[in-house]
Amino acid sequence: MSENKIPVLEVIDLGIDFGGLTAVNDFNLKVYNNEIVGLIGPNGAGKTTVFNMLTKVYQPSRGTIKFCGQDTARMSVVEMNKAGIARTFQNIRLFSNMSVIDNVKIGMNNQITYNNVEAVLRLPKYREQEAKVTEEAMELLRIFGLDKDADLIAGNLPYGAQRRLEIARAMATKPKLLLLDEPAAGMNPQETADLMDMIRFVRDHFHIAILLIEHDMKLVMGICERISVLNYGMLLAEGTPAEIQANPQVIKAYLGE
Amino acid sequence: MAFLSYLINGLSLGSVYAIIALGYTMVYGIAKMLNFAHGDIMMVGAFVAFFALNSFGLPVIVSVVLSMLATTVLGVVIERLAYKPLRQATSLSVLITAIGVSYFLQNGAQLLWSSSTKVFPSIIGNGSLKLFGGQLQISYLTLVTIFVCVAVMVCLTLFINKTKTGMAMRACSEDKGAATLMGINVNSIISITFAIGSGIAALAAVLLCATYPTLSPTLGSMPGIKAFTAAVFGGIGSIPGAFLGGLLLGVIEILSKAYVSTQLSDAIVFAVLIIVLLIKPTGLLGKKLSEKV
Repeated sequence: MSENKIPVLEVIDLGIDFGGLTAVNDFNLKVYNNEIVGLIGPNGAGKTTVFNMLTKVYQPSRGTIKFCGQDTARMSVVEMNKAGIARTFQNIRLFSNMSVIDNVKIGMNNQITYNNVEAVLRLPKYREQEAKVTEEAMELLRIFGLDKDADLIAGNLPYGAQRRLEIARAMATKPKLLLLDEPAAGMNPQETADLMDMIRFVRDHFHIAILLIEHDMKLVMGICERISVLNYGMLLAEGTPAEIQANPQVIKAYLGE
Repeated sequence: MAFLSYLINGLSLGSVYAIIALGYTMVYGIAKMLNFAHGDIMMVGAFVAFFALNSFGLPVIVSVVLSMLATTVLGVVIERLAYKPLRQATSLSVLITAIGVSYFLQNGAQLLWSSSTKVFPSIIGNGSLKLFGGQLQISYLTLVTIFVCVAVMVCLTLFINKTKTGMAMRACSEDKGAATLMGINVNSIISITFAIGSGIAALAAVLLCATYPTLSPTLGSMPGIKAFTAAVFGGIGSIPGAFLGGLLLGVIEILSKAYVSTQLSDAIVFAVLIIVLLIKPTGLLGKKLSEKV
């Protein structure tokens, strides 16, 4: 994490207003490659709003988002995804009537180059690419322990498996930065421990940066190298887990005076 | 034997309804809107085919293709100009706009082509297949109509299930927001949906006009409403549902005309719809929509 390296994500003075309400203001953040960074804060602090701005679901009112050194001001949701940002959702949003493997293949949609004529006529290009995509999708499912469930309907998977499938689907878009919105929500301690191993494995295996929102402090303190704390839409503190745990302002924001 | 012949006629009429209903149901499934101008797009297709056949004397196949191209372009243009600006609006605004587009097309057609009815030329001839020693006659047109409908259905099913665009369409119909975040361009998927729905409407137009050869600017409204009924009957948003709903509606209509009353047949058709919706509100093959909170 040398300072002269270009960060994967650099957020400068980011802010957004909804009507007269300032939801996030003066937010700054840097995420470097191969890093796991946590974004924490009390409920309503604006964490998911930050994610929505990073993916361009919300257009920021102020500030700059640089991705791999490039200004993203004019980019759309789809372009941000193509540039290399993928995310999961706080409330699971799988394509729940589609099969597990099709959910992953959707993430690969942009990597397929055959056209519809070639597909309908089942020309060699279609068959080769379909075979390749299926193989890659199965490989991802294996990594996330879902390969045996490939043909199940996604909505029928157990809760923990649905969370894993969301990460697999996001990884299928081949991101450089993965945004995880409360990945451990609703998980029991054992599932959370497994999830921590999996997040580390994803970072090491795919060499990507991960930014995660989480309320489970054991997970956040356990795997994040750096943590940013949001409170009332403002950056309250940033630092290593040890620094954050000892920060009196953070303790005040969480527990009150 | 008479029953069998009515049944086949019903299937033929139902095939036309089914093709139109497929357009309704696809657009609903993906754009979540009722395109009430769909029947009128079909009407434009009928006129294009009529002029290609009658005024330019083009071969049937060329005329059909021209007509399909025209409705495809028309569907995409309507979506861009009338519906796309309303993507964030309430569904009621979109619905009213669709009714407006429907009137615009009907009156535009009257202005361009006058309201006097025209006679659609015969495209397949009057030959028929004779079975059981001539007791059962099925016209070639009926056979072609049913065949075209089945072919459209098979192609669409393959397209939706086996191609990347089809997969993206299924994803958009479930969750447009999540699909966008997976890198899918929802606007182009909606355009493609309108293109396909409107394109096959031209097929229905030609088949309908070949069976009932009178052509007028209001030609699309009744089949449009029937096809919409068929789509709801089968479960709106469901492709097999539209197919099944269309066929059943056609059969019910023809059988009630034959055995009950010609005047009451439409009333019977809609009564059946009401009964089905009372028993199964999502339609025959519709899925129950449950939202997790």
